[in-house]
Amino acid sequence: MHIYDGFLSTPVWAAMDVAAVPAVGYMVRRAQREFDESRIPLLGVMGAFVFAAQMINFPVGIGTSGHLVGGALLACTLGPAAAGVVLCAIIAIQALVFQDGGILALGPNLINMAILGVLAGYLPYYLWGRTPWRKAAIFLGGALSVMVSAILALAELLVSGVPMSRSVVGVSLALFLVSALLEGAITLAVVQALEAIQPGFVRRPAAGRSFARGALGLAAVVLAAVGFLFASTAPDGIESLGHTTGMDHVRRLFTTPLAGYQLALSGEPWLRKTAAGLAGIAIVYGACLLIGRGVARRGRA
Amino acid sequence: MHHVVLERWSRGASPLHRRDPRSKFAALLVFLVVLATAHRALPLLAAAFLLLLAATLLWARVPLAGALRRAALVLPFTLLAGAVCWLGGDPARALSVVLKSYLSALAVLTVVSTTPLPLLLRGLELVGAPRFLLMVAQFLYRYLFVISEEAQHMRSAAASRGFARRSGGFRAAAGALAVLFARSYARAAEIHRAMLARAFPGRFHTLGALRFRAADAAFLALAALAPALIRAAIERLA
Amino acid sequence: MPRLIEVRNLRFHYEDGTPALRGVDFHLEAGESVALLGANGSGKTTFVMHLNGLLSGEGSVEVCGLPLQKANLPAIRRKIGMVFQDSESQLFMPTVLEDVAFGPLNLGMTRQDAASAARAALETVSMAAAIHRAPYHLSAGEKKRVAIAGILAMNPEILVLDEPTTFLDPPGQRALAELLARLPQAKVLVTHDAALARSLCTRAVFFQDGLIAAEGPVEEIVNRFGWDFASEPSQSAR
Repeated sequence: MHIYDGFLSTPVWAAMDVAAVPAVGYMVRRAQREFDESRIPLLGVMGAFVFAAQMINFPVGIGTSGHLVGGALLACTLGPAAAGVVLCAIIAIQALVFQDGGILALGPNLINMAILGVLAGYLPYYLWGRTPWRKAAIFLGGALSVMVSAILALAELLVSGVPMSRSVVGVSLALFLVSALLEGAITLAVVQALEAIQPGFVRRPAAGRSFARGALGLAAVVLAAVGFLFASTAPDGIESLGHTTGMDHVRRLFTTPLAGYQLALSGEPWLRKTAAGLAGIAIVYGACLLIGRGVARRGRA
Repeated sequence: MHHVVLERWSRGASPLHRRDPRSKFAALLVFLVVLATAHRALPLLAAAFLLLLAATLLWARVPLAGALRRAALVLPFTLLAGAVCWLGGDPARALSVVLKSYLSALAVLTVVSTTPLPLLLRGLELVGAPRFLLMVAQFLYRYLFVISEEAQHMRSAAASRGFARRSGGFRAAAGALAVLFARSYARAAEIHRAMLARAFPGRFHTLGALRFRAADAAFLALAALAPALIRAAIERLA
Repeated sequence: MPRLIEVRNLRFHYEDGTPALRGVDFHLEAGESVALLGANGSGKTTFVMHLNGLLSGEGSVEVCGLPLQKANLPAIRRKIGMVFQDSESQLFMPTVLEDVAFGPLNLGMTRQDAASAARAALETVSMAAAIHRAPYHLSAGEKKRVAIAGILAMNPEILVLDEPTTFLDPPGQRALAELLARLPQAKVLVTHDAALARSLCTRAVFFQDGLIAAEGPVEEIVNRFGWDFASEPSQSAR
């Protein structure tokens, strides 16, 4: 899921690096409202925990095993803003010390995983964490955090011109789905084990939250990611994919406004694709800002 | 664990080690951008950049073979991406992906193997990155290996107790993670107590300002020009 | 001269209501070294954490004449230096020098003065060569000495050490005992190590179930409660 330098085209990584600066800055400021400097060691240590946790193998039947990615778990225990900051630190250390992910690709990686991935991981819990659907919400959060990050990465690669046929995209999505389901299961299992040790470890979602805003936010993040993916694949590829999955009408919903971009700049093919892709990024970023404000206003009970 | 090697390399005493971290990071960014935006004569350019980085590593007295091998950590992922491009009918892009990602990793390694991470973070703070985030990264790095060792011990302890049952394995792993979480949380509380005991006033103070000297400026100028000139020359030749 | 520490009728419960301290009286005179002996869970560590306000219970605690109140905490935390059992959590900064300078910086010293105080303290504990090393790479004994330096740099009047010989091998324990013997500050030593208590302390206090069950010369307490690893079980009956 980590994107390396050289994978993305210049407009994509440059735009996302620029977009990441205010996004990360906003998230840091939000985290600082709840966590003052004396709690910096806690966040650092929790980041170290996530790294170390990736060493613990979860057996998955046929002789394979997976490991925790951690965004949703951090969000349920530290809150989304702090979780995002911790994940930013993790991703930066991974890139610098372990050469896991590129440096120019930090913008895309941070947005995909630390910002939108964490948000997607937290929103189900925010919405349903106090209902009888709590366990499903935690599972969904884990799954979505991985799925949204992966879909965004895939879309960014496609917009950059990496040639992926329908079947390759399909196989990738299937693999992402498997790891997403695994993350959901692991996150849920660990949250339950944590509550057995000390219930206080896991947060209770705020009482005064707005269901409408949260649901809108969640839908926006998911649809934006999916929509970005559809918008970024080649038009003919989408046709058949859309037909097979019956998602034609959804696709039209997203490509219609973007079709305008394509028509206007129909001269240069790469420009067309990139513009459509960047528009997709803008949608996702805008959704993030809106959700952020919405959750911020309501989440402070 | 491989970071230990990096730690050792980063505490050397070569001229490159002594440069201000800001100049090194800025030079890195220039190199990465020149590389990322290059599209022509890639194999030749890659070879030239490889020589440039190798020469830098030798100057910095960092073990060259070790560095080349360590940068190769990216290959499993990048070769896969390259294969996808190749199979998708774009062999030029496949080559570009593999070459650029390897060289980028090597360039990052050149900086990180000559700059202790806390110093690099301090440099980033001085150029405007959010202090809160950098300090979280600093503490993360400080306790990364401590907690990883704890996880390692838990893994060995579990293995020696011979648990391999499937469903038991999943739940047990979750339990192990929860215990690791709780221990990490407790350690954070210990750290906090130790901070308070030494009169922590609510804000971290740091010892160091960094001094950007003429040598650092000279290095930055040279290191920024070199990749640009090399690329210009190669594109003219090709 | 006022007593350095004066504790009267200190009581404390944990969050779940279990009593941890049930009315402890304690005092420390200038230049004295007192050993706190007792079984695990008897309240020794809980007690010492009240001395610098990390925990607060009922009863009165006075350090160098200052009552334990929020306003006095900065001053008290300068006068009492606490060395915790786990040095890994105590040395939380990226390098030895930065860690030892943490306390002085918190006390308001300038960067230069803090660095000088840190170097001097490291000299006292014979760790001056380690200033740029990362704490993670130090041995247990070295970490303990750096932790002590971090306290000494704040120029305290009282040293509180919680189980300092845990994690140390016999040579490390001897080196620590020698170091502590050289330090002029009054000391409160929580320990299971009767030999250490004998060599350093004039007086011992025995904790039992949150109370001080007995107080007197070290040898007397050790014999009375059989608090010596080397002694035969039958000897304590005499």
